[in-house]
Amino acid sequence: MLEATDLRCVRGNRMLFSGLNFALRGGELLRVAGVNGSGKTSLLRILCGLLAPAEGEVRWRGENIRALGEEYCRELLYIGHANAVKDELTPMENLMVACTLAGMNNGKTEVGDALCRLGLAGYEDLPVKVLSQGQRRRVALARLALSAALPLWIVDEPFIALDADAVEEVQALIAEHVARGAAVVLTTHQEVEITAVLKQRIVLGLRAA
Amino acid sequence: MLSALRCVIYRDLLLAVRQRADVLTALAFFVIVVSLFPLGVGAEPNLLRTIAPGVIWVAALLAAMLSLTRMFSADHADGTLEQMLIAGAPLELIVVAKVIAHWLVSGLPLVLIAPVLALQFDLHQQLFGVLTLSLLLGTPVLSLIGAIGAALTLGLRGGGVLLSLLVLPLYVPVLIIGAGTVDMAGAGLSAQAHFMVLTAILLVAAVFVPWAVAVALRISVE
Repeated sequence: MLEATDLRCVRGNRMLFSGLNFALRGGELLRVAGVNGSGKTSLLRILCGLLAPAEGEVRWRGENIRALGEEYCRELLYIGHANAVKDELTPMENLMVACTLAGMNNGKTEVGDALCRLGLAGYEDLPVKVLSQGQRRRVALARLALSAALPLWIVDEPFIALDADAVEEVQALIAEHVARGAAVVLTTHQEVEITAVLKQRIVLGLRAA
Repeated sequence: MLSALRCVIYRDLLLAVRQRADVLTALAFFVIVVSLFPLGVGAEPNLLRTIAPGVIWVAALLAAMLSLTRMFSADHADGTLEQMLIAGAPLELIVVAKVIAHWLVSGLPLVLIAPVLALQFDLHQQLFGVLTLSLLLGTPVLSLIGAIGAALTLGLRGGGVLLSLLVLPLYVPVLIIGAGTVDMAGAGLSAQAHFMVLTAILLVAAVFVPWAVAVALRISVE
């Protein structure tokens, strides 16, 4: 479903990677690994279409994502390094806005269920600024639970700031989604125990070796 | 698609309500600047009447600029802007929503309070309508043009100064025509031509600005 051909990424004067190829089918999990500054986030941003690669192209179902535009965006869930959560709004409001922007019509009950699944029951109506760092990450990751219908998830460092229970829950969410036949791309420094049928792994920053 | 428009406007208004201090700064600035003029210039009714439209328009312009840097910077900092770029709705539509919200929060209050401030200048009451209408047509243009500057200077250090340099020259025609509207009406002439030019500027800006801002945002976020 998601194909990358001959990707090359240059930030400033530094080349992060070049000649990167992969093809990801439905039901597959791609884990991007690499040292700090090796271009993991840049790769994910290229896959989302937020960053234009210096060379090469990303294709979704055979078509360039640049040409697909919003059609591609509607099938994509991207959770970046930043939580994209507003401090002044409550978790409920944040998620309702995120869902509407993504073009989904989730009701309040579904959003409530998603927050509950991430262990945020009882925090729905508090402003996010009173929550801890880990809880904010959970609010952002609750979008995973709401996006079961989207065939592609791209998640940047999902496990940062999370406790053991939440890590397990997020891994379970991702495993369920892969089992549903969707494609998932994620970066992480931790070894993940996601029972996916098919796993691929890209390690960036090993060019010189 | 319209649900995304409504949603972004609602979200920005909600944020404005929860951060009242930020919103009131621009309004307080406008009120203070305009109120200082009669005190500084002195109680010379004819002089005050003459300078009233210009002072009110200049103050409105500066007040609008105060809030411009905040238009996209908070969304940029917390990653919301990235999500808007890859939202299911066209980015241009989201830009329109953000501009409308910005105008409702920082433009409309100025329009509403301007007649009250004009009292201090002893402006003829029949000119209040003209002044309000000129601001009603002009302040959305300030928000629209400002959005281009805000998007271009996003994430830059010292972006505020650059923003003023970029945006102020583009504000000048709006200022001249906007203040000219009240001057014309004050001189007993028809202000229709001025209103038509102001409306034309608004329409042209409304059509082209969202597209320009969308392009600028995509470049800034890269």
